[in-house]
Amino acid sequence: MRRLGLALALLVVPGGLWGGARPAPDDATIVHVLNRLTWGPRASDLEAVRGMGLERWLDRQLHPERIDDSAVEKRLATLETHGLSSGELLKGYELPRAAKREIQKRRAELDESASEMDRRRARRELVSKYGPQMQGSPRQVIGELQEAKLLRATLSERQLDDVLVDFWLNHFNVYAQKGPVRFLVADHERAIREHAWGRFEDLLVATAKSPAMLFYLDNWLSVDPAAAARIKERAQRFGPRLTRRGDATPEEMREALSRRSGLNENYARELLELHTLGVEGGYTQKDVTEVARAFTGWTIRGLRQDAPVFTFDPRLHDTGDKLVLGRTVEAAGESEGREILKHLAASPATARFISWKLARRLVADEPPSALVDRAAATFERTGGEIREVVRTIVTAPEFLAPEVRQAKLKTPLEFVVSAVRASGASVVRARELSKRVADMGMRLYLQQPPTGYKDTADAWVSTSGLVARLNFALDLSAGRIPGIELPASAFAAASGEALADAVAARLLPSGLSPATRATLEAEAKAELTPARVAGLVLGSPEFQRR
Amino acid sequence: MTTRRLFLKRSGLAFVGLGAAPGLLVRAAAAADGARRRHTLVVVLQRGAADALNIVVPHGERGYYDARRTIAIGEPRRSGGESVLDLDGHFGLHPALEPLVPLWKDGRLAVVHAVGSPDPTRSHFDAQDFLESGTPGRKATEDGWLNRHLQAEGAAASPLRAVALAPTLPRSLHGKAPAVAMTSIREFGLRATAGPAAARGFEDMYAAAVRDTLHATGEEAFEAMEALRAVDRSRLQAGAGAGRARGSLGEGLTQVAELLKADLGVEVAFVETSGWDHHAAEGGATGQLANRLRDFGSSLAAFYRDLGPRGDDVVVVTLTEFGRTVRENGNRGTDHGHGSVALVLGGGVRGGRVHGRWPGLGPSELYEGRDLAVTTDFRDLLGELLTRHMGASDLRAVFPAHACDPQRFPGVMRA
Repeated sequence: MRRLGLALALLVVPGGLWGGARPAPDDATIVHVLNRLTWGPRASDLEAVRGMGLERWLDRQLHPERIDDSAVEKRLATLETHGLSSGELLKGYELPRAAKREIQKRRAELDESASEMDRRRARRELVSKYGPQMQGSPRQVIGELQEAKLLRATLSERQLDDVLVDFWLNHFNVYAQKGPVRFLVADHERAIREHAWGRFEDLLVATAKSPAMLFYLDNWLSVDPAAAARIKERAQRFGPRLTRRGDATPEEMREALSRRSGLNENYARELLELHTLGVEGGYTQKDVTEVARAFTGWTIRGLRQDAPVFTFDPRLHDTGDKLVLGRTVEAAGESEGREILKHLAASPATARFISWKLARRLVADEPPSALVDRAAATFERTGGEIREVVRTIVTAPEFLAPEVRQAKLKTPLEFVVSAVRASGASVVRARELSKRVADMGMRLYLQQPPTGYKDTADAWVSTSGLVARLNFALDLSAGRIPGIELPASAFAAASGEALADAVAARLLPSGLSPATRATLEAEAKAELTPARVAGLVLGSPEFQRR
Repeated sequence: MTTRRLFLKRSGLAFVGLGAAPGLLVRAAAAADGARRRHTLVVVLQRGAADALNIVVPHGERGYYDARRTIAIGEPRRSGGESVLDLDGHFGLHPALEPLVPLWKDGRLAVVHAVGSPDPTRSHFDAQDFLESGTPGRKATEDGWLNRHLQAEGAAASPLRAVALAPTLPRSLHGKAPAVAMTSIREFGLRATAGPAAARGFEDMYAAAVRDTLHATGEEAFEAMEALRAVDRSRLQAGAGAGRARGSLGEGLTQVAELLKADLGVEVAFVETSGWDHHAAEGGATGQLANRLRDFGSSLAAFYRDLGPRGDDVVVVTLTEFGRTVRENGNRGTDHGHGSVALVLGGGVRGGRVHGRWPGLGPSELYEGRDLAVTTDFRDLLGELLTRHMGASDLRAVFPAHACDPQRFPGVMRA
């Protein structure tokens, strides 16, 4: 009935629900909007939005800087590594060089047949030996990044901001376990947060210069082959200037460095395929190579001195002209890369690709093409103002259409966070939550391929993921997730049929299907505790959707 | 479609949630199926585009050494332990693959070189997608080639007919035929503390949610949970993969071996391994790729040791989305290329030889002037395995738009 009412409203109100005078949106609409623009509604959200009005709420969410978020910032500040710069993290949490040398020695001693476990054990022993000189372990850095992500998603009042930052972080994915990237991710994320609502070109430039990205996609190593000879000679005289950290051994680092003898097209390809034009954006292998030539010299300075920053090193740069997508980019040093980024950001293919991807996240796995067209038109008209593109998408009638409601399957992160938010639990520690998200197939900050995590249902429908979700639902509702505290009154009150309805109304305001409701009623009669009924609701097919 | 679980329910033999052990029933069913020898295909996907030329090395090609000044693997015998393990005077294995040499000598390991996709993409994402959908160049395909094979061969005889040892279901297994993903046999099940009522509640909810894509997944999950109760999980602790890193190839293959030894009706299994995208500091006889290969080779060898005689019915094929540039790049690594290499192991394999037409590494022989050319379409390799090992009679549904002509099969299986 509600759907029919909405459809009628769409028919009679010019410009759809979001423009001009109109009746107040019904609760189902509010819940739908909360499902898409937050990490999932809390029990109090529906009433809050009713009170403030959906449009005002949306307008606030589109301007996150106007929302006080000091409470979550206070929580984040309790994480030791939170807020530290890349340099501070390297200084306090990276293994000292003596430790690395010893690791090298121990590795050489280990028999070739030594298992990964033996290697790890040796590493652990060294960590305990050198630990006292360090503020914490490299592992702690990733653990706290994951915790911070869960805390913010669960607790932030700037919900749409956090959803959007998550989108961009995934769009500009880096893999925290490659070399020193774990120490660089926080700055990468800060750069993304700073530009998440601004012009796409600025965001693109920020990521192109992000040491995490430069390292992850190898551009810091890419040099003009002609310049390589000079570098090699210098490396032999002075030794390597930069140090790779992490998985690669010092020998490999030295090798990589002293052998910076030419192009590496890793970043160039992903810049075109994943960051801007899209794989069907009409570029060729030749374009990839030319872009790689233009970005030679975009590298990292100060990694070894615990002060990594972007730098353009003209000595590494290919000084010839380049031909990119049919345009000549004249030799001009660093500004060639800038010119290419500007050109890519202004390309209609980019406008469409980014708009399509945002609509896929916010609307449906296969977003309506008319909506994508309008979002892309906004992108082009505003010169890539992200806020306006998002506004176009979320104020479109298609955004509220009946067929897109509950159409998105929650990713593991969305599922876990939405369950915690719905339950009203307080998050004392988030570590177990990140482990559970990983069990469901999503290791936060540890997605190795540059494509990032998938955002469509087919990627997350699996028996393995489902069993992990059901177990999380049971554990959360039974108060068995370490670090998560349920309020005493969490699922109290009522019994029998009323119990099922009461719990469902609280946890799943978008409603249960008749079939699920019938099952719950039957089970509630079987004298299930309120907590167990809550577990069933959180594990229900409906709760897996948003 | 009547699944076994529904059948059991209807026949009044239903066991409730975590209540009575159904092991006997499942075992009885498995025994009935097992009258004919069941063949199994195990697919190992190396995600990230493994460097074919440093895995099965064409040491007889001067072009190989010219193109790879620092990362080439030394010619056999010239450089002691750090050299290529010669196979046939022209090709050799990376020294870290030494655990596979006995299988080669036994005739249970074959190589198909210059295998790949006709599609020119050098995108990991697209190439993996095409490899797994089995339809290069066509993005609209919804299901995977392994799933279409299952669909074509009829109804599921076992809830564990298709198993992926992975936290998510790989694209190859997407589709109408039931397929199960699990990370660990031991942990695949509902929390025991939940009690039977909660388990029954979940099962009923997903059974009733007939319009939801999760409906089938729910049903498959509960059927698989029941079937797994027939496995003596204590044996898992002692398997060859015990102590291997969680989520690793070795751990996955060990679990596949356990499922096979328990004779639970597994027909296809899928295991994946990542970390093959070596754009920098790839290394030669030692280094990053060597470390990956050491794990890769020893995991495969352990799998066959573990299987014992059962291994005669099991074929493993290793695949990767494309190969890498013939020439090393400016950072002692390799960039995205084209033709690659597949290993085929198991009973019935015409092992001890390198199959496929070798296109050569001369300047005019390279694909787009830089990459190993593709001379065997991966669909012809997989088509041969499905036909000659799995007994598939019709490949048209598995690889639509590709005429699978036995003439083009690489001949990796004994006919």
